[in-house]
Amino acid sequence: MIRIRGGRVVDPANGVDGEVRDLWIREGRIVAPPPEPVPDVEVLDAEGMVVLPGGVDLHSHVAGGKENLGRKLRPEDHREHVRPREGSLRSGSGFTVPSTFLSGYLYAEMGYTTVMEAASAPLFARHAQEELEDLPMVDKGLFITLGNNHFVLEYLARGEEELLRNYVAWLLRATGAYAAKVVNPGGVENWKWGRNVSSLDEEVLSFGVTPRKILSGLAESVRKLGLPHPLHVHGINLGQTRSAGTTVDTAKTLDGLGGHLCHLQFLSYEEASEGSSLFRSAASRVATALEATTLSLDVGQIVFGGATTMTSDGPLEYALHRLTGAKWINDDVEGEGGGGVLPLSYDRRSRLSAEQWITGLELFLLLRDPWRLALTTDHPNGGPFFCYPQIMRLLMDRSYREEVIATLPPKVRSGALLPSLDREYSLSEIAVITRAAPARILGLRNKGHLGIGADADVALYDQVFTDGTPCRCAKYPSCRRALSRVRHLVKGGEVVIRDGKIVKEVSGRRLCVIPPFDESLEPRLRKQFSETYSVAFENYALEEGEFPHREVVPCSKT
Amino acid sequence: MTERTEHVTCTFCGCLCDDITVEHEDGRISSVSRACPNGRAHFLDYAPAPHLPRIRGEEASWEEALAEATRILNAARSPLLYGLSSASTEAIRKAVSLADRLGAFVDSTSSVCHGPTGLAMQAVGEPTCTLGEVRSRADLLLFWGCNPAASHPRHFARYSTTAKGRFVPEGRKGRTVIFVDVRLTPGARSADLFLRVDPGCDFEVLTTLRALVREKPLREQEGVCLGGVSLGVLRDVATRLKSCRYGVAFMGMGLTMTRGRDVNVAELFRLVAELNTYTRFSVIPMRGHGNVTGADQVLTWQSGFPFAVSYARGYPRYGPGEFTAVDLLRRGDADAALILASDPAAHFPSRAAARLASIPTVVLDPEESLTARGATVWLPTGKAGIDVPGSAYRMDGVPLRLRPFLAPRRPSDEEILGRLLEEVAP
Repeated sequence: MIRIRGGRVVDPANGVDGEVRDLWIREGRIVAPPPEPVPDVEVLDAEGMVVLPGGVDLHSHVAGGKENLGRKLRPEDHREHVRPREGSLRSGSGFTVPSTFLSGYLYAEMGYTTVMEAASAPLFARHAQEELEDLPMVDKGLFITLGNNHFVLEYLARGEEELLRNYVAWLLRATGAYAAKVVNPGGVENWKWGRNVSSLDEEVLSFGVTPRKILSGLAESVRKLGLPHPLHVHGINLGQTRSAGTTVDTAKTLDGLGGHLCHLQFLSYEEASEGSSLFRSAASRVATALEATTLSLDVGQIVFGGATTMTSDGPLEYALHRLTGAKWINDDVEGEGGGGVLPLSYDRRSRLSAEQWITGLELFLLLRDPWRLALTTDHPNGGPFFCYPQIMRLLMDRSYREEVIATLPPKVRSGALLPSLDREYSLSEIAVITRAAPARILGLRNKGHLGIGADADVALYDQVFTDGTPCRCAKYPSCRRALSRVRHLVKGGEVVIRDGKIVKEVSGRRLCVIPPFDESLEPRLRKQFSETYSVAFENYALEEGEFPHREVVPCSKT
Repeated sequence: MTERTEHVTCTFCGCLCDDITVEHEDGRISSVSRACPNGRAHFLDYAPAPHLPRIRGEEASWEEALAEATRILNAARSPLLYGLSSASTEAIRKAVSLADRLGAFVDSTSSVCHGPTGLAMQAVGEPTCTLGEVRSRADLLLFWGCNPAASHPRHFARYSTTAKGRFVPEGRKGRTVIFVDVRLTPGARSADLFLRVDPGCDFEVLTTLRALVREKPLREQEGVCLGGVSLGVLRDVATRLKSCRYGVAFMGMGLTMTRGRDVNVAELFRLVAELNTYTRFSVIPMRGHGNVTGADQVLTWQSGFPFAVSYARGYPRYGPGEFTAVDLLRRGDADAALILASDPAAHFPSRAAARLASIPTVVLDPEESLTARGATVWLPTGKAGIDVPGSAYRMDGVPLRLRPFLAPRRPSDEEILGRLLEEVAP
């Protein structure tokens, strides 16, 4: 048993905001204080510390085919960013695309204990799962891309809803995945013939469906299967001047069906002026449209500096290649989709980058309800995940925000809404968008909070740094900078970081769903399979028990 | 009693054909169908009977052999781990962990094969696709400096020239096939167009082709080397490349291991990237060993770099030409070696092979290769996909599970490397 004694607990899901109280942990869970004294209690002294649930990242590219192409593509990213091996901990390298062990350590040191790998083509799921096996310290799950899947497109075109639902369930099980995702629905299939889609009603070549039909059909399937996380949506027109319009349209299409709109910053632009090729923030328009729905979102904030873009949105990466001339990877995946990788840098002197930065922060500040919002950078697309504390500070500290705004190009600054927004996030609201809300959006009932029965993932932060310097912003509730590095971290009921040092490497659990499906689907799939795939049906699905540490998250009945 | 196992994956080459049927009786493979000659030998030549390890040629117990291997690795100041490419992904993961723990050099057979392809990718990127896309969509296939008829015999029928696919239902008739090579190989004989390039002149031809694709005004000049190909022919090729619907280039060691190496490959990758201005075009390197792609993948996700890694300073450093096995051995840098599933004694240049013969070596290999015969310790292990489980990556990065169909009677590489990882000094 572990007792975390005397910390200021911030647990917004249970209405606790900075009260000094003890937490008790047994067998990996938060438990009620024992009525009588118990022997062998390990006491973790949290006096003067802020105690938060472990962080939950619901959208990050940390493992799998694209991520590894990004690592391989960029030795220049790794050379000066290395960590030596320490004891039984592994060495690693990489800045925007760190190696797997290093990624796990960096997440833990920031106080994060759950991470979702945001996109893998189902055909590459085994690769992603193998990398997740080597990503220690965090619980993890995998989203699979379905928005350009040939079976999905065909079932939708023929209106076979039940078959589609069965197929989605089968595929989630076959890949050991946690959630279903769409990326540029229809656009990636069209890209294989050199095209894209620009509106929700444009036709997907040779399939006779539209992006709108793909979105609503899949969202409906996911809802009827009762998956814990709604359809995870990367919309069309990402990064383009017309994206806000299609985002609003997407939100309307999905309202009532459920959905999570990811890295919305990249999808909230409009023309800077009539006919202009430059874009400006349309965050207020998008925020207003979203508030009229029940959908959730994550921001995908950019961070000034280096990044590596990687997405299943193949045509987008090609457009970036045309724009910047940077080295470009594309990967078309048979019957399922595609993707690309390209190094990119966000420069505060660039109008484009500055607009993107402003758009993200406006989304954060304009959306009143933090419970539908998650903090992400779409790692490593908008910047590396270990820059989250910088974003937290931008949200909590208006004066710091103003300092940065003052360095942006005057043309961008003058027209923007951001300088007039004076909202500051409280620590409790930060805990919502980095813990409680992402856990709730993911449907992880035992994560993101510290109530009885919750997973014992607990992050303890100093308000005074270990080297004796007090946090510059002094004390709770205005504590800001301390959130960058934990003093202690409890993961699954074990102390894994003590006094800032990783003392134990844990493998973390693999979160997945097993929605029920009708077995009669398999013979039918088997017949169609060889038309689409170059691997045998029998060799496609992961084997039962191929990957250890599995935790099945239940689906709700509908 | 004869048993039959279907949908077996062959790990001989990077095609990873997963439609093989194997018949086996009393723990021995009796027949193999659908496999190419290389694949048949892969299965039929493997004797899965238990075998004792050897220390300096003498049979020894597993405990003795592991103790000796541990002693060798602990005593080494600068060990090299080499090979990886025919081992399972799980074994490679353990091998790279071991290299990290030992502060060793780690390199795969990529460095003497498609290493330059990796360098080209790092320089200019790589537009690529999976083999199923080739089958479904490609109406133009360009083979450059590779001989699939010998190295990947089922490539044509399963994935490329003669395969029928969703958008190419007529198969070979629906595809234009162009071969570029220094000699007329069997595959090139059935091509629609064969370009014979003078040896060592691939770069000149590629760069001219790029210029023609971009419609730069060029004219034939006396004495200017076009690598033995006329400008007229190249004009025709450029037009075909630009006017196809979905083109795919395949390249092999005719580009990576001739004059220019990574510069040749980068020029091809640039050409392919630029063709996407006019149509869709991809490139797939014809990777050789069954899991050489997996070796690149694991090294990259664990260290950040695909091959030629040194852990000597306690963190990964990348040094093609410096930490590549041949260069290390030629300089006399490694003082012990662990060889996993490859045969460098047979394939390395003589100076590197001589150095390897002069240092203590631990060899994990199902077969008694030349390297195993000269090893200080040979640990005869099982073969993933036959008698031990594992997984492997196809040349296009598609990961496949290797299911054993024979009962295991030998330890796996993964098990042995796991034991060594526990035994070596931290």
